[in-house]
Amino acid sequence: MPRRTSPKRPTASVTATVCFADPKRILMVQVIWDGLFVGSFYALIALGYSMVYGIIKLLNFAHGDIYMLGAFIGFAALTSLGGIPATLSIGALLVVMLLSMVLTGGAGVLIERFAYRPLRGAPRLAVLITAVGVSFSLEYGIAAIAGPNPRAFPIRLEGNVFNIIGARISLPQIILILIAGVLMILLNFYVQKTSTGRAMRSISLDRNASLLMGINVNQVISRTFFIGSALAGAAGVMAGAYYGKIDFLMGFIIGLKAFTAAVIGGIGNIKGAMLGGLVLGFVEAFGSEWFGGQWRDVFAFAVLILFLTLRPTGILGERVTERV
Amino acid sequence: MTENVDTTLAPKKVGAPQSFLSRVFESRQLGWVALGIALLAPFVIATPYALNVMTTAAIFVLLASGLNIVVGYCGLLDLGYIAFMAVGAYTSGIIAKAFELPLVFTIPAVLVMTVLAGLIIGAPTLRLRSDYLAIVTLGFGEITRITANNLTITGGPSGIFGIPGLFEVGDFDSQEPAVFYYITVLVVAAFVLAAARLGKSRLGRAWRFVREDEDAAEAMGIHTYKVKLLAYIFGAIWGGFGGILFAAHLSAVSPQSFIFLQSALVLMAVVLGGMGNMRGVVIGALVISLLPELLRDLSDYRYLAFGLLLVVVMVFRPQGFWPARGYEPERRKMEKLDPALKGAS
Amino acid sequence: MSAVLEVKDLQIAFGGVKAVDGLSFEARENEIIAVIGPNGAGKTSAFNCITGFYKPTGGAISLNGKDITGKRPADIAAAGISRTFQNLRLFPDLTVLDNVRAGMHLYGGQNWADAIFHTPRFKRSEAHYTDEAHRWLDFVGYTGPRGVPIRNLAYGQQKQVEIARALARKSGVLLLDEPAAGLNYTEKQGLLSLCRRIRDLGTAIVLIEHDMGLVMELSERIVVMNFGHEIAEGTPAEVKANPAVIEAYLGKDEEVES
Repeated sequence: MPRRTSPKRPTASVTATVCFADPKRILMVQVIWDGLFVGSFYALIALGYSMVYGIIKLLNFAHGDIYMLGAFIGFAALTSLGGIPATLSIGALLVVMLLSMVLTGGAGVLIERFAYRPLRGAPRLAVLITAVGVSFSLEYGIAAIAGPNPRAFPIRLEGNVFNIIGARISLPQIILILIAGVLMILLNFYVQKTSTGRAMRSISLDRNASLLMGINVNQVISRTFFIGSALAGAAGVMAGAYYGKIDFLMGFIIGLKAFTAAVIGGIGNIKGAMLGGLVLGFVEAFGSEWFGGQWRDVFAFAVLILFLTLRPTGILGERVTERV
Repeated sequence: MTENVDTTLAPKKVGAPQSFLSRVFESRQLGWVALGIALLAPFVIATPYALNVMTTAAIFVLLASGLNIVVGYCGLLDLGYIAFMAVGAYTSGIIAKAFELPLVFTIPAVLVMTVLAGLIIGAPTLRLRSDYLAIVTLGFGEITRITANNLTITGGPSGIFGIPGLFEVGDFDSQEPAVFYYITVLVVAAFVLAAARLGKSRLGRAWRFVREDEDAAEAMGIHTYKVKLLAYIFGAIWGGFGGILFAAHLSAVSPQSFIFLQSALVLMAVVLGGMGNMRGVVIGALVISLLPELLRDLSDYRYLAFGLLLVVVMVFRPQGFWPARGYEPERRKMEKLDPALKGAS
Repeated sequence: MSAVLEVKDLQIAFGGVKAVDGLSFEARENEIIAVIGPNGAGKTSAFNCITGFYKPTGGAISLNGKDITGKRPADIAAAGISRTFQNLRLFPDLTVLDNVRAGMHLYGGQNWADAIFHTPRFKRSEAHYTDEAHRWLDFVGYTGPRGVPIRNLAYGQQKQVEIARALARKSGVLLLDEPAAGLNYTEKQGLLSLCRRIRDLGTAIVLIEHDMGLVMELSERIVVMNFGHEIAEGTPAEVKANPAVIEAYLGKDEEVES
């Protein structure tokens, strides 16, 4: 067996918000706010999972690593910019986030083109294994370039902490939730109102019929990958700026959580992914509140397994007629 | 129609592969040759380091042959396979240490625990679609590791130390590296043979039927759910025994050994070798575990290379480098059925 | 002659669409009956209900007097119904022989321990599987290679193997879903005689078929469906003369390939 040289996988990169000095003083409001905040992250990543799954029924295992890639692109861009005055950090962050979105989107398109497209129509097992391979390549590709140790993100969002009905809410949290919200609203508009969005929805219903109707299926799939990956990339930059530390395995658990969120909401359903993200955020916040933070991930996976067994179509998913 | 008609019609062009390499690979003696090489290896190189590497490689072969039952034979993607090894290693380690027993006496307990683990993981998930199954097994793998990391009985993040050896009879010490290597090789060979034989039995065929077409299998009276659960349980047992050997080899167990990376490496061995073909899987496992030792200088890039290789193999050669051959004799008379014909793989 | 398979007032609905609405027929030993009807009449849905792939929303199915309604496919197969599929459902990467062995899964004769230790029982049972597989391949008149993966074979050969696989199940009832589709004239003649040989084994055959020539020549009774309803049942001559049947097929001559 090869020697184990890789650093420890982070059990959760998003634990910072639930570390409290004295559990007795925590109010329900705080837990709800934490759930909302973490949930909006999950939702942003879950969207990519769900969109891709909806359109080509592929479980893009590498999606979490796109999030990681986004964080590292942000890291590289900010590092090359040099010192940024604290007053400009929000602006710089937005610019870098846009850049990262474009690049991760492009990476998503390339991955689809070279790894997934040749396997369209291949057995599901082969496609899944490919996705695992892509995930591995991204993780250890970044590890080879940036080194296996965690890196400190060049800018750190800092701001006042408000006390709103007992919950400690920081300015960066509000900013990040706003960004996530705006991105999701834009996405919803795109999918509902534009012709590409319509094409996406029609392909997810029936790819062959869409092809016959003259929809450029490959192009639409590429765009779906672009958008999904760009959202994950944005989430990566935001996570880097908020938590201050990034490493090449940061996408692993988040990817799993995002998948869980997508399943909770009803995979393939965009609104479901947003809802699922929030639900998972709450479930985790309350779960770690009651059982202890170290069981947080266990709690999330238990919810995933429960949902898959009892209601695999999720909250908003439609019942699918049985096989044959 | 007569038997002659059928045999003459057997088209050699669609038939068995002809090249030298594939003939060597298909040869019936290959298994014995491999075992011979494994047994002779310490005579060539027997430094403690080399023995350590070879022992780990042998355990890795055992894991790969177990995962091959699940992924290769039955077509179920298990991304948390290492959890079964964890269950085996922790069970035997905890019991052996608590009762100061040699590890061999923990085998019944390990069997019970791994079968239970297989049932617990398999029962709720095996009705799911294959891609959901993959991610759920991944989740279970993580749950197992996190649980081991957080419980006191498992020693938390630092794990368990000072696990007793496999057995001790008078002066004979099973933990002496060369002795332990031989024990491992023999155990692993037995398990690989058993897995290969299972693959060529009624149950093994049922696994393949399920892999190829679940509905058709069901229409033939095969309880697909039960058959899949059996694949899981056998895979779990193989993993559990890997765990016992692992615990005995290192005399310590910690959660760090059961990260996703390990599951992924075992999966790679199965996929690259050739899903469903035990010979290919053994070779795949040896390549995955020994290659990094030979290419020390490139260690930073080896996982990247493995990942890319996985994608390339799936795109260009999805059946793996040494796929299951899928041929058998056209006609066979009853009296020709000697044990060697279907035996030792 | 006793009824082996009895279908009473079978119903299945998908959402609001009633694919099968009140189908009743019975199949007896040594008898070939055909279920015909225009495309979308609900024939295959009815087959899927009988074999347990769909859960019927109403009605009852019994086999040898025992109720099998709504059981899972494997249990129904074990109870004694085997089938072929409309579009071939073989195991593409497995050999011809292995495909036929699938039908024999329920023979048992060995367990996993026998397999691991290669007990005499295991060898006997494997030899039995192989002999039986050859026997059924001979029975259906299959002359192609037998030790190669089945995906390389011609369509007609694959169809033969699928029937051999269903026969190897040795069940009292055999459901054939469009066995003649895609076959050429010679192959159809072979199918005709094969069906009669299967019937002479004592098996009840229920077949769905669009080839009217074949249906009229082969079947003792015919059930006609349209839009999920059963519109007629009787001997070929009766069915041919039935006005409802003529109406259902009227103007659709191009679908009736004969």
